[in-house]
Formats: sequence, C-alpha cells, structure tokens
Amino acid sequence: MRSDGFISKLKCFVENGTFREENYTLSPSGSQKIDTDNPENRWLSSVQHSEKPVAARFVAWFSHKGVEVFNSLYRVASVLICFTLIGVLLAVVSFLPAFGGSDNPAVNEVEARYVSKSIEETGTTNAVAGMISAYRGFDTLGEAHVLFVAACSVIVLLRVDPSERRRGRLINPDLVGEDMDFEPNGDLILRNAAKLLVPLAFIFGLYVILNGTSSPGGGFSGGALMGAGLILSSVAFGFKRTERFFGDEMYHLIKTVCLTVYALLMAYFIYMGANGLYDHVWLGNPGGIVSGGLILPINIAVGFEVACTMYCFYALFRKGGL
Amino acid sequence: MELVQNFPFITIVFSLTCGVFCAVLKGRTARNLCLAWLTLTTLMSFSVLLYTLRSDGYYIYRMGKWNAPWGNEIRVGVLEALMATVFSGVMVLSLLGGMHHIFVDCESEKTNLYFTMCSLLMSSLFALIYTNDLFTAYVFVEINTIASCALVMLKNSSKTLVATTRYLIMSLLGSGLFLLGIVILYGITGELLMESISERVGELFASGEYSLPLTVIIGLFSVGLAVKSALFPFHSWLPDAHGSATPSSSAILSGLVLKGYIIVLIKIFYRVFGLRVIVSERVSQFLFLFGVLAMIFGSVGALRERDLKRMLAYSSVSQVGYIYLGIGLHSRLGITAACVQILAHAITKPMLFISAGGFMDVSGGHKSMSAIKGAGLRDPLGGAAFTVGALSMIGIPFFAGFVTKLELTQAALESGTATMAIALAAIAVSTLLNALYYVPIIFNLFTRPEKSEYSDIRLHCRPDYAISLVTFIALNLGFGAFSDSLVGAVRRGLELFGM
Repeated sequence: MRSDGFISKLKCFVENGTFREENYTLSPSGSQKIDTDNPENRWLSSVQHSEKPVAARFVAWFSHKGVEVFNSLYRVASVLICFTLIGVLLAVVSFLPAFGGSDNPAVNEVEARYVSKSIEETGTTNAVAGMISAYRGFDTLGEAHVLFVAACSVIVLLRVDPSERRRGRLINPDLVGEDMDFEPNGDLILRNAAKLLVPLAFIFGLYVILNGTSSPGGGFSGGALMGAGLILSSVAFGFKRTERFFGDEMYHLIKTVCLTVYALLMAYFIYMGANGLYDHVWLGNPGGIVSGGLILPINIAVGFEVACTMYCFYALFRKGGL
Repeated sequence: MELVQNFPFITIVFSLTCGVFCAVLKGRTARNLCLAWLTLTTLMSFSVLLYTLRSDGYYIYRMGKWNAPWGNEIRVGVLEALMATVFSGVMVLSLLGGMHHIFVDCESEKTNLYFTMCSLLMSSLFALIYTNDLFTAYVFVEINTIASCALVMLKNSSKTLVATTRYLIMSLLGSGLFLLGIVILYGITGELLMESISERVGELFASGEYSLPLTVIIGLFSVGLAVKSALFPFHSWLPDAHGSATPSSSAILSGLVLKGYIIVLIKIFYRVFGLRVIVSERVSQFLFLFGVLAMIFGSVGALRERDLKRMLAYSSVSQVGYIYLGIGLHSRLGITAACVQILAHAITKPMLFISAGGFMDVSGGHKSMSAIKGAGLRDPLGGAAFTVGALSMIGIPFFAGFVTKLELTQAALESGTATMAIALAAIAVSTLLNALYYVPIIFNLFTRPEKSEYSDIRLHCRPDYAISLVTFIALNLGFGAFSDSLVGAVRRGLELFGM
C-alpha cells in the first residue's frame, strides 16, 4: 500500500463506492488507458471527464497536479513561517534588557567573581581564559570534542581510499579530471608570498596559544591561525611537500595525544576539585607565559587539535584525504 | 566523598577518550575497546544506581574546584542513574546484536569510526542525563547531533546520504532553536544553572515581567527538542534515517538518541520552569495534542508501510507520542508514565530492529514484507525476539509495554474529564492500530512461504547476536515482572527532581 496505491484505492472508492479493486479495473476509466496527447483521443477524454462525478475528477486532478500544488503551497508556507519567526524574535528582542547595560540580569555575582577573583583563583590575567578553561572547563572539554566528532564525520563522508580511487579511475575514466586529482599549480606569486606568510602564521599562532593565559587569545584562536598556515602551505607548495611533514599518521598522532592529554588533565582537575583534595598545581606568575596552572598545557593541546581539524576539513574537501 | 560518587563523571569524560582512541585503532581492536568500555560504564552506572537507592537521595558532583554558579556541576539522583544504566546497557546490546552488519555495511577503513561515534554518543547521553546546567546540555546536544548523523551515514549507500542530509538539516534546526532559547533565557535571568534559573523564573513569573520572552523561550525549547525527538508534525526525517541505517544504528537512534532529547525537555520543564509556569503557559496542552496525533498518525504511517524497518521507524513516531502524551498530562503520574515509557521503549525497539537485521540476513538482505515471509522459521531466535517485542509494543500483560500503558491510563484517569476522554480514546485507538500492524507481521514471519528463493537459508547463529537478543527478551520480561519496583524507583527519582 504505497501512496499511489492509496490514491488509486481512494479513486476506486469514490467511483464505485467500494474498495474492491476488481470493480475498479472493470470501470472504463481504469481498464484502458487513453492517450490524451493524441489529438484523436482528446475528445474521448473530455467526454469521459464530463461523465465522471465531481469528486472523481478532483481526485484525478489531485493525483496529477497534487505534487505541484503542494510544492508551491509549501514554498509560500515556508516563507510565511520564516517571517513569522523573524517577527516574533524581533518582538522578543525589543523586550530584552539593553545590550551591555550595567544593571542587566547577567551582571550578577557570577560575573563579579570571574572578574575580581580570576587572577587569584586561576592565575590568569585573561579572565576569559580562566573562565572557559578552568571555571567552566568541563563545557570546553565537550566543545573540543565537538570539533573532533565533526572532523571524524567529515572523514566518514569525504575520505576516499587512494587505492580505491585508482581502481575507480580504471573502471570509469571520466573520474579523471575531478578537482581532487590535480595538485595546486604552484603559482609563483602565491609561493613567494607563502614563503613569507607561512612561518609568520605559525609563529603568530604559537604566540597566541602561549600567551592565552595573559592576553586575548588561547587555544581556539591560535589553533585557527596555525591551521590557516598549514592550509596556505598546502595551497602554495603542493600536497606532496605538505604531506612530507603533515600526513595521515601525523594528524592522528597529534590529535590523539592532544585530546588524551586534555581529557586526562581535565579529569585530574575535576577529580581533585570534586573530592576537595589539594591538586599540587603551581599556578605560576599571573601575566607571564607560565601562568594559569593547567590552562597553559590545555591551551597548547586545544591549539594543536584545532589546527589539525582546520587542515583536516580543507584537505578532505580538496583532495579526499590527508 | 565515596569512590562510587565519582563514577558518573568518569563515564562521561572517559567515554570521550575511548572515542578518541577508537579513531586511531583498527576496526576489530576498536570494537573490543568500545564494547569493553561501554560494558564497564554499564556496571559503573549500575553501582551508582545502587548507591543512590541505598542513600535514598541525590547528590551534586562539582566538576572542578568551584561551586556551581561559577563552575560546572552534575546532579546524580535515582532517576538519572536508572536512565544511565538502562541506556548504556542497551547501547552495548544494540552494538553486539548488529555487529555483523556493522562490519558488512561500513567501509573497512572506516569501521573503527563507527565505534568512535558510539562512544561519543554514549558520553553525550550520559552528560544529557546528568547535567544540571543548560549550556552543558547544549554542548553535548551538539556532540549527540553530529555523532548520530554519522551513525546513519556510516552505512555506505546513496539512500543513507539523502536520509542523513535530511536528518542533519532538521536536527540542526532543532539545535538552533534550542540555542536561541538558552540565549534569551540567559539574557533575562543571567543564569545557566537549572536551580538558579528556576528561582529567577519564579520571580519573573510572579512579577509578570518579561512575559512575552518567557512564552517564546518555552516555545523555542519545546519546538527545538520536539524536532530533534521527532514529535508528530516534525517526524518526516525519522523513517528515512532509521529505516536506511545499519541495524545497530537504527536501534541506537530510536532507542536512545530520541530519548536523550526528551530527558532534556523534561528537565527544562520541571527543573527550570516548574509545573506552575508550564501549566499557565498552556504548552503542555500543545504537547498533549501533538502526542495524541503522533500516536494515531505514527501507527497509520506504519500500517501503510510495506518495508519492515520503515514500519518500525513509524512505530517509533507513535511511541514518542506516548511519551509526549505523558508529559502533556502535566501531573506527577503523567511524567512518571512518560519516564517509564522512555525506559520501556528503550529496551523494546532496539530488540525489534536487531531482530529485523537478523531477518534481513536470512532473506537475502531484503526487508520488504514479502521477502521476510517465513523469516521467523529460518531465524527462530530473531522470530521469538520480534514476537516478544511486538507483543510488548501492543501492550500485552507481562511485557514492558503493558506497564507504560497501565501507568498512562492511571495518569489519564486522574486528569480532567475532556483530557481523560481524549487520552483514553487515543490509547485505545493506538493500541488497536499497533495490533493491526504487528500481528500480521508475526503471522507473516511464521508462515512457511510456498515458493521462496530464501527458504533454504538458515541463520548461522552468531553468539553476539544470540546473547543480545536473549538479554533483550529477559530484560523485557524482567521489566514486566519487576514493574512495581521500577515504577517505584522512577517515582522516587521524580520526587528528588523536586516535583
């Protein structure tokens, strides 16, 4: 009983007052198909149309045109729903407290403690780093794994086994010529610019990661910079030269080590904190590079993980593998 | 603090790490690691359950050095521990039962990623069950969304790609609405911790301030999570996704993933907003209505389906309707019934999907009604499991499904006249429809086909498949036999919820 079967049953019910199919097949409209495109037969079909009851004609019209009508209604409805949602949300925003107001509900004891005690309790002068990696470190651990699971899903979707690709090309020569088969052509200007920019991107990325505890930045933003450096080097110098120092194995190694170290540090921190034990972590000198206790190693781990993920996305979309 | 109190945190964090390791191991090693770890988490969750039952209370576990409004925390009570135990157990059994299919359906290079996704999914389910903080819930909802889409996608076919795309779009729409809700709620209360928000919302509700934003927030949460848990008008993605995935994925997605979001919704309704606000905002009436419609239309959809797995998927739509019916009754009994239904469906539907996988094995990989004719004779264990599952879904006494229907009926009898009439009628009609599509399948499974190319195939009985199905059958019968203590535990857990 698929949907067309259902409609034919419905048609049959309307015409004959019964669900039994054999009656339906005996009826003139069902027994022989009339080619309405043929001009000689057109008059026949029009005669039959006028003979049918209105409901049957509606059903016939609906089974023929129904999808089209439904699609246009669907489009109209979706636009209407979108505008309604936009209107409702705008109305809500007009009721919300003003952005950045000093007496907003969000300005409360939680925020006050983050601002006033972060140096003392987490050893960071960058209160944001203290907040995301120490106060709410568990959320950030989850967030790092969101990146991981996203990268894994992209691998599932796009990774092509190199041997498989070669075999595929033997079977179907049309596959040659896909974007992923060609190395970047190594444009001179791009290469010279990259020679200048790639080291800068890496150094700046490292700087942002290492200074994450004392200045704006940290693992996520520094990692994105390093990932951009990797992508740029791959575009400018070709896949082969990038694969020499960053291939499949390197990717898995860095990713596993970083995430495991992160999870272990976080687990140690949470276990000690929850059980009220002293955690032996030296908080360092607030404002210096070595500060924030566990936040520095966590930033480094997150940074490398983010860089890997960025490059992984690019490489999989570009060449179907790392 | 006792050692056992640390277990919930250990299950969450190290399930993540287990997933990371699985991503670099070979397929079979990853499988062993994943199964071993998930079994261990089941045992740990069970010991937490015993601990909470013994201490008859709940405890707050601080995730770090700082107390809750500043740091993160999780909350462990009877209900949470019960859910965690059942969910991790069902996860292990679903993986075991469909193990053969996982290795056939996934590309050999990517099989290990299946176990990565399962570990991460389990971690996110644990976190959703235990969380006491809305933002933590959102972070793990993200992991849950991506991992469950990947579980559908890992079976390598064009059908699953289309299904995954639909699933991903709908699921992300749900996440987006959920996030908007959290953002606006944070804007007007300045809190993320459930208890603190609850206090502030109570004050705001009493003073009548921000009444439009509060209504919109409740709407956003309800619609967002209803899309993700496939409540009736938003269910269109479900039959494709659950019908085309590999049996283990179908089992995990319909048994566990849908329920994770519903648990979050129950937490938001009763721990964040409280019964008073929910009732006066009339949101439960909408959920009640859609629950009833889901119960009927899900079953009608299943009746029209000729493909076994898609039919089971439509049956999930109708079963999710039962949960929302319980929530929509907005009484303590109703929520108890909803939680019992979450557990009952979590142990029944995976069994049906796993046995459907077995039938596909003995029917040349086909899953249409005509192809599986007589499959119960070729695969007797699968036939027995399917029969038990189907009878449970219909609501025959001694099986798990009966307990839910009993609880739901009791809850309905306690509510107002009109609600009671609609709810009872919906339960009756839905039970009838369930019987109308499950009983013919049972007959179909045990009728010897006159002429079939598959009649010679016998199932080479694999131990993992057998273990999984036998345990599922035992669980189902046990659920029916010990329903009193189970319902008692759920009720106690909900009392600890502050209901």
